[in-house]
Amino acid sequence: MTAPATPPFPGVGDAGPQRSFGPITRTDIVRYAGASGDFNPLHHDEHSAHAAGLPTVLSIGMFQGGLLGTYVTDWLGTASLHRFRLRFTARVWPGDTLSCSGTITEVENRGGQEARVVAELRCVRQTGDAVVHATAEYMWRRP
Amino acid sequence: MFEALIEQGKIREFALATKSFHPDFSGGQAVSPPTFLNAVSRIWADVPLDVAEQLGFDVSRTLHGEEEFIFHTTLPHAGDRLSVDVRITGRAEKVRRNGGRMRLAVVVREFRDADGRLVAEQRSTLVETEPPAPADEPTEEEVART
Repeated sequence: MTAPATPPFPGVGDAGPQRSFGPITRTDIVRYAGASGDFNPLHHDEHSAHAAGLPTVLSIGMFQGGLLGTYVTDWLGTASLHRFRLRFTARVWPGDTLSCSGTITEVENRGGQEARVVAELRCVRQTGDAVVHATAEYMWRRP
Repeated sequence: MFEALIEQGKIREFALATKSFHPDFSGGQAVSPPTFLNAVSRIWADVPLDVAEQLGFDVSRTLHGEEEFIFHTTLPHAGDRLSVDVRITGRAEKVRRNGGRMRLAVVVREFRDADGRLVAEQRSTLVETEPPAPADEPTEEEVART
């Protein structure tokens, strides 16, 4: 698998390719728990989830946050990422299908070869509810 | 403060767990995915990093409001050894529109290299809702106002 090393210089209004993940499984959640060290039992133990009044285990916010990280680095690359901010707005459950999208909202030229590029990203559930919003800010250098 | 090592294998594991096959997250020159420092903090903290508990928040009612990562040079690379400082700022209590209370706190983590240069920062906003809150989450607007 390859991704573009340095995608072309973006412009305001450019949209990233829509991408979907899922349906999210308990295995996805547990795999992320292991990779991140987040062993809060509400994310993998049905008994704990029920005791807390939840219908079942819930996904880890940083898992879907990480999916937006995957989305933005496949779209805009890893070089010169300066800021990545996530806002969690709704929970995600096993069986949900998540869809990620993004748009360039700001390109501030910093003279010739460099620009500050801001992208707004969203991850939505199959119901249409947004579960995570993100802002990615790059200090872009023209190849 | 604790020391953390950015490891190639852990980066790979994290990338796969977040369904990424980006080549920059593989090999000896791998960089870390955008949210990887969150895992680094959990894995390398010298004491179990239960910040919600330290804050006196009920873990089962604590939600993640926001998470922000700032990189001052590049994304940290495999092989980097960073020292991590953790501090709690921005504690507040708010009354929600439905009359319920929520408590907030911001946890700031600073990642420095061997020369003491700040290479990355992580800011986590935690929200504790009132019982029986699980189905009753703060709205986006409420979180945004924090």
